[in-house]
Amino acid sequence: MSTHSVVRLLAGGALALGAAAIAFAALAQDAKPVKIGIVTFLSGAAAGPFGVPARNGFELTLEMLNAGRVPAPYATKGFGGAPLEAVWVDEAGGTTKQVSELRNLVQRQNVDLVIGYISSGDCLAVAPVAEELKKLTVLFDCGTPRIFEDASYKYVFRTGPTGTMDNAAAALYVSELKPKAKRIAGINQNYAWGQDSWRDFELSMKALRPDVEVATSQMPKLFAGQFGAEISTLLGAKADIVHSSFWGGDLEGLVLQGAPRGLFKTSLVVLSAGEPGINRLGSKIPDGTVIGGRGPFGPFAPDTPLAKWFKSAFEERYGVSPNYAAYKASQAVLGVKAAWEKTQAGGAAPTQEQVIAAFEGLSFEGPGGRVDMSLGKGHQAVMDNAIGVAKTVKGKLTIANMKRYPAARVNPPEGVKSEDWLKSGFKGR
Amino acid sequence: MDQLAAVLVDGVIYSSWLFIIALGLTLIYGVMRILNLAHGSLYALGAYVAASLVGAWFANGYPPMGSYALLPAAAVIVGLVAGPLIERGVLRFLYGKDEIVLVLVTYALFLILEDLIKLVWGVESYVISEPYGLLGSFELAGLPYPVYNLVLVAAALVIGAALTWVLQGTRAGKLLVAVIHDREMGAALGINVSRMYLVTFTAGTMLAAVGGALTAPTVSVLPAMGVEVIVLAFAVVVIGGLGSLPGAALGALIVGLVRSASVHYLPQYELFSIYLVMALVLLARPKGLFAGVEARKI
Repeated sequence: MSTHSVVRLLAGGALALGAAAIAFAALAQDAKPVKIGIVTFLSGAAAGPFGVPARNGFELTLEMLNAGRVPAPYATKGFGGAPLEAVWVDEAGGTTKQVSELRNLVQRQNVDLVIGYISSGDCLAVAPVAEELKKLTVLFDCGTPRIFEDASYKYVFRTGPTGTMDNAAAALYVSELKPKAKRIAGINQNYAWGQDSWRDFELSMKALRPDVEVATSQMPKLFAGQFGAEISTLLGAKADIVHSSFWGGDLEGLVLQGAPRGLFKTSLVVLSAGEPGINRLGSKIPDGTVIGGRGPFGPFAPDTPLAKWFKSAFEERYGVSPNYAAYKASQAVLGVKAAWEKTQAGGAAPTQEQVIAAFEGLSFEGPGGRVDMSLGKGHQAVMDNAIGVAKTVKGKLTIANMKRYPAARVNPPEGVKSEDWLKSGFKGR
Repeated sequence: MDQLAAVLVDGVIYSSWLFIIALGLTLIYGVMRILNLAHGSLYALGAYVAASLVGAWFANGYPPMGSYALLPAAAVIVGLVAGPLIERGVLRFLYGKDEIVLVLVTYALFLILEDLIKLVWGVESYVISEPYGLLGSFELAGLPYPVYNLVLVAAALVIGAALTWVLQGTRAGKLLVAVIHDREMGAALGINVSRMYLVTFTAGTMLAAVGGALTAPTVSVLPAMGVEVIVLAFAVVVIGGLGSLPGAALGALIVGLVRSASVHYLPQYELFSIYLVMALVLLARPKGLFAGVEARKI
């Protein structure tokens, strides 16, 4: 062996070693875990119907991503190979507490991003704070359209559709189901969610059918639980359609107290957020009740491999079907992953700015189907919506007569406020 | 006319419920001068125990009518377990302390019980609606009402009458009234005040729990149900005069009828109606409608 070749061999070896070292360093860099602050109701009245199912949706998605067991296009482990770590925060306690919890997550726990918030009140409170902290914050469930209609954010995204499409779709659906309906009535909780929902439904109905009249609009206190007098007025109003955006215990109370009194027989009752009630109430929801799932989730989910994976993995792990809160939780994580890996494209972990740039206007696939970040300058998701009526088959509640509405039919175009769009007749784009 | 009748019927049903949930609160305050914030949790505890018992009853296929007996049974169990435990274990050491200290202590108990409920039953709701529909419905003012509502009204009347009889017609009740007026003097005359307190707190706990147990079939039993009740019960008791039994009855009737009228005629003011009445009553009579004359102590 000549000296020359020895030098060459050594050089080659050194080069290989160096390359290996670089590769190792890159690998080590990749393996740095992504710390996600996750905020959902773990106690209080919203924990049962939304908070805990959402927590389970997060947990399942994170674990399956870390294990690389989510089907395509999310088969890579974690976010681009980096494992995911959750820091859990209970959403109960009010907006002031949530604002300090967010500061805690960002400034003490040093999370890389935050995903969370079920209550619209919390979303409205934390969005400006997230912006001030310059931390990527993904809202996953809250419904108020005001987040991106009244303000503009760089660091805040929402991967769940707004509440507007729930009621636009509900109005379209009932006016097809009951074309001669003239009198509408409502029973909604007296706070932002109930008031917005009723306003959207009333506007949608009036836009579709200018001759409808409002028989009564009941606004009981949130968690009132007892609705005897309200049900009497609804029965007395003899409305063709009764709309309710009730959730949790109030939803269950309305069904339990209204059904024996024939409320669901005298009127066509629309439960615009009724889907999470299915697991608890089952066949106690009378046949023919119109049920919405706040998007194509749960029984309304499309027939995609991702949707099937989510449902079966969730049922296997938790012994109960996932409801819309669980789907939306998973959808938020997968949305960030899609943005993350789009900008990463084989290189090192992306910066927050790069992820945000990739997230804006992104289209991705969630367990509820296609999600387009097309409103709010690319920060607010729209999706198709689906709605149907309850039908008990062999003691199990199913959804019959399901109808899908394309995203463009039930969501306003970019730059138009939901309320104005509904008032102007919400024509499809 | 029909609507007015419906206002009255809805109002009376709601008042009966309010009366039941307010009784325990006013009894404990009347005798022990403790504003029991844990009342709401004891109510929730009654509802949860009833939900578990009735759930198990139906799961085993026992005769459905038997489930009605389980509702008061749940209240008795909660009363006999939680009442003495709290009174002997915590409150006993604090008598004679400032009322505010006791409010803080019962608030702490409220938080502990809320977490205990979460620990045992989780955050999922429980639905035991069978007893609600089992008795069928009757028609009044052109509207159908489940017969179970009459059970509530009857329960309110029976419990109210029984309590009045115990306090006014029995020796033990008269001794209790003596203790209410002057604890020290009562003790000096040989009344076992400590036992009186134990019995009163247990009875108050039982009353809170019976409210929860009777409510359980009409709602979904879930965390935070106690918080809602405590606010309403306070409104009723404050209107009637803290510690007064007829006051609680009148307070419940006023709140029930006002709320019902508001729901029927001015639904947008429902949230506010109860507090308007409370404010008006307190403006005219700051200690409530039936506040007794305080004996002056030297």
